[in-house]
Amino acid sequence: MTPGLLAAEWTKIRSVRSTVWSLLAFVVVAIGFSALIALVIANTWNNPGNHPNHVRLLTDPTAVIFGAGLGLGQLAIAVLGVIVISSEYSTGAIRASLLAVPRRIPMLLAKMIVFALLDLVVSAITVFAVFFITTAILRSHVSITLSEPGVTRACIGGILYLTVLGLFALAVGGLIRHTAGAIATVIGLILVVPPLISLIPGTIANHIHGYLPTVAGQLVAQSSQQPADVLSPWQGFGVFLLWTVVLLAACGWLLARRDA
Amino acid sequence: MAQAPGLIEARDLTKRFGDKVAVDHLSFDVEPGRVTGFLGPNGAGKSTTMRLITGLDRPDGGSATIGGLAYNQLSKPLTRVGALLEARSLHPGRSARNHLLFLAQTQGVAASRADEVLDLVGLREVANKRAGGFSLGMTQRLGIAAAMLGDPPVLMLDEPVNGLDPEGIRWVRTFMRQLASEGRTIFVSSHLMSEMAVTADHLVVIGRGSLIANCSTEEFIERSSERSVLVRSPDAARLRELITADGGTVQAESGSDQNSNDLIVTGLPAPRIGKLAASASLVLHELTPRLPSLEEAFMEMTADSVEYGRSSAG
Repeated sequence: MTPGLLAAEWTKIRSVRSTVWSLLAFVVVAIGFSALIALVIANTWNNPGNHPNHVRLLTDPTAVIFGAGLGLGQLAIAVLGVIVISSEYSTGAIRASLLAVPRRIPMLLAKMIVFALLDLVVSAITVFAVFFITTAILRSHVSITLSEPGVTRACIGGILYLTVLGLFALAVGGLIRHTAGAIATVIGLILVVPPLISLIPGTIANHIHGYLPTVAGQLVAQSSQQPADVLSPWQGFGVFLLWTVVLLAACGWLLARRDA
Repeated sequence: MAQAPGLIEARDLTKRFGDKVAVDHLSFDVEPGRVTGFLGPNGAGKSTTMRLITGLDRPDGGSATIGGLAYNQLSKPLTRVGALLEARSLHPGRSARNHLLFLAQTQGVAASRADEVLDLVGLREVANKRAGGFSLGMTQRLGIAAAMLGDPPVLMLDEPVNGLDPEGIRWVRTFMRQLASEGRTIFVSSHLMSEMAVTADHLVVIGRGSLIANCSTEEFIERSSERSVLVRSPDAARLRELITADGGTVQAESGSDQNSNDLIVTGLPAPRIGKLAASASLVLHELTPRLPSLEEAFMEMTADSVEYGRSSAG
């Protein structure tokens, strides 16, 4: 691993439009949607039907704050994570990359580091922007600050979740190598599989659901553990991290062995 | 073991795709200072061999080295080997300059080198344009620019004139000859014999993944096909008898009748025919040994190994 490899991966990632568009979509959707939901809650505060929202805001404020905007915005991060690697295969650029860097694992590591840092910075800006914008909108009704129990951890947890999600998607992209197939797989794992599993009654299904990568991973972005949660916030994050490490290892193992 | 940095060695290279053997125990050397043509019909395994040498594909057997090292052991590979494989080996959304910039960064090569090679291939004006908008010819030029980025002693070019206009083809030929004269190793594949006849000093010919010939271009033409001699004589009928009696075979030239003065003789060398004519005091107007074209030689040698049906020798 040399600084040159990191510089090269940075050049690659910044020089294609899909990166800019994905990140812009993430920021706009996350902030816009969160602000919209906060405005709706604030404007209908005295509506009797809004009571569950009040309760949720008091018991787990960040779930309400992050739920909508980041829940939707995370899809853009997942898509970007996939295409950071799969687009090299679909365009043939992987051949140029591997002729320049025939040692494939260092190339993968450099790609992971550069993308994770970019993801981390953009996520940090977005998560705090979402937090401060939505709490400002809700201020006249409810006061939520970083000093409340679990709130700072949930903000940092949200940033970490989005960073690891990017790497999780990158691993799937590197394993499947086809952009459409990999995006469908990742989005299916985020949006489709969890509700399907949760339909199955029984404690075994409940535990399977709890250990699904993104279900476990999102726990750390909640300010307090809910009764239905199988894992604690950090346990959940650990499970998500484990999923990601295993998939990245498989990705690296195959990358080193498959024909490019 | 010290070795010339420009020497490519393939030893027993083997690659299978499922049941199909794409490269079959292939061994050859590619020497510096000359253009070595890598010739074979479509599907003969040329591209696969180049992918094995550059480590993009893993061989099922055998090895390939450049200057004694496997490709993935080269520390800054682009400064040792420049390769133009498939033309579309780039992200269409990335500009030509950024494509070269990231490659330069991986090698620790100065970023200014990107502009130098863009000048070299005449793409400076479109340096900031997205490569996806380039014609195939421009894409090939960008590929050649990438191959030249590290100023390497070895160049491997897979069908470099594909998609180029006549001016571009001439440019690539001149370029390859010039690089070879600088002492570099030029290994260039083609399925076009006519192309190799004018560019290559040496030929490595393969068919169905196996080596058919590894020799100089002239030698390939000479030894691959039976040579014939054109004889023109006012006493053609008499001469024909003498030649046949001496073991030669006379073919009528296509489009000429039996009584033509022109004879195409195979099986006897020109000096022997001259001697026969002299001994019988026959007048000769012409006595010309004829070499088959490289095209004919190639067709003859690879006739058994054409992968996808027989192509006509046209």
